[in-house]
Amino acid sequence: MKNYEVVIGLEVHAELSTKTKMYCGCSAAFGSDPNTHCCPICTGMPGVLPVLNGKAVEYAVKAGLATNCEIARFSKQDRKNYFYPDLPKAYQTSQYDLPLCKNGYIEFKVGDTQKRVGITRIHIEEDAGKLIHDAYTGDTLVDMNRCAVPLIEIVSEPDMRSAEEAINYMQTLKSILEYLEISDCKMQEGSLRCDVNLSIRPIGQKEFGTRTETKNLNSFKSIQRAIEFEIQRQIDEIEAGRQIFQETRRWDDDKGYGYAMRSKEDAHDYRYFPEPDLAPIVLSDEYINEIKKELPEMPHIKKQRYMSEFNLPEYDSEQITSSKEVAGYFEKAVSICNNPKAVANWIMGDFAKMLNESDITVNESKILPENLAKLIMLTDNQTISSAIAKKVFIDMFETGKNAQDIVNEKGLVQITDEGAIKQIVERIVSENAQSVADYKAGKDKAIGFLVGQIMKESKGKANPQVVNKLLLEVLNK
Amino acid sequence: MSVSKEQVKHIANLARLKLSDEELEKYTNSLSDIVDFAESLNEVDVSNVEPTAHILKIQNVFRKDELKESFDREELFKNAPTKESGCISVPKVVE
Ligand SMILES: [Zn+2]
Repeated sequence: MKNYEVVIGLEVHAELSTKTKMYCGCSAAFGSDPNTHCCPICTGMPGVLPVLNGKAVEYAVKAGLATNCEIARFSKQDRKNYFYPDLPKAYQTSQYDLPLCKNGYIEFKVGDTQKRVGITRIHIEEDAGKLIHDAYTGDTLVDMNRCAVPLIEIVSEPDMRSAEEAINYMQTLKSILEYLEISDCKMQEGSLRCDVNLSIRPIGQKEFGTRTETKNLNSFKSIQRAIEFEIQRQIDEIEAGRQIFQETRRWDDDKGYGYAMRSKEDAHDYRYFPEPDLAPIVLSDEYINEIKKELPEMPHIKKQRYMSEFNLPEYDSEQITSSKEVAGYFEKAVSICNNPKAVANWIMGDFAKMLNESDITVNESKILPENLAKLIMLTDNQTISSAIAKKVFIDMFETGKNAQDIVNEKGLVQITDEGAIKQIVERIVSENAQSVADYKAGKDKAIGFLVGQIMKESKGKANPQVVNKLLLEVLNK
Repeated sequence: MSVSKEQVKHIANLARLKLSDEELEKYTNSLSDIVDFAESLNEVDVSNVEPTAHILKIQNVFRKDELKESFDREELFKNAPTKESGCISVPKVVE
């Protein structure tokens, strides 16, 4: 990699979270019985008249405004012609030369540096259906529920120079779309996916190398791996004196391998022409300003606010605001317990780990924000120790019970009574003569062992500060 | 000839049509005639006419994002020759 620079541009497809499809009133919801969200319009029957979903235009304009794009006052839709069984009309209604939004950018951090990536354009188009391989007959089954679900395609400039930058770009875009509430961005359901355009060139060379396009990546992991694979492949080809061909490629995430798709000779001859069934889109300043007013606080603004209002470190603010859902959860909990740093610590620490392991989001977990806040308050007022809090938390995560009930039921209230703790301290000291001798001989480690024994004896309920204080008193007597 | 045989071959390929040599000859001629006829539009003076994206004077024909009942699947697929598990079945698509 020393001698080459990689150049990456992404084409991101996001399904819009409208209730209905782009040109008909069929439901755009994910995951129903095959072909039950279909009608003559979205299955491409002859003679039907599509009518554009106004919400899709509004959502696309929102995306454009949030990514600093110019919004077109005049825009139109075009037919992109190709044959494939997942496209019953034999053309995809898209936008060719007059997209709704263009010339924007987004910014994000890569390590310590601020990175800006240009957005070439954002246009609206319709999704295609789903093809299912029928293992029994060997045929292909066509499910048209996804046909004509509204999409935006966000095309970036070739501004990224590493897999890390591409991932950060994608994460930033995802968080923007989530904040706008215009796409559910569920990558595993294909509602957010991307194509990676990638080329390499010797460092110092001005012209771009020949690029390849790896299609349809739908997880951060596969984007990362597909990019790393393609960089290495192109370097190997060039080092071996071979040529890079402009081609469309697929990534097999199970095998960890990318390969060129066949039948590429007709690629990119889509014979675009203006869609005669759909009227041009003409947007007024009032329309655009109205949408501008509705835009929510965006993640980078929220991050700054967390730093100033809650005194959170930049890292914490960044982590929490990167997801609107997490940020909402955080704010709810803070409004109750008024301890932002503690809430942040839970959300980024044990909680994040457990959510990750169970593959659910904060709002899907059984712990309501008010319950997390309660737990923090019990720790803050010293009813329970932080060690006990961790155990209570696990219980809350599994059962959804509230913190106070768990503490009461299991008798976990912290012992702060010095008399009671002192009894335990004295017993442990008398039972562990060797450790006491070690301590007196200057081995400070022995203290840790004794504290551990005392905590164990108290079933973790003794207040650690009091234990420390009393233990030292007893030892130094 | 305003349309070449090569162009007709290419278009036929894009349209997934298989043409015999005879047909190729025939369609090259008839497509050329059609294009030539359309070329006559070039004689019209359009220097004062604004380019348009649509032939009708309409814009912003939008629909509300309101659910309508979808079609009955059986009804919708009445003319599909092969069906399986609620889907239209087609010959295997090689990726
Ligand atoms: Zn429909």
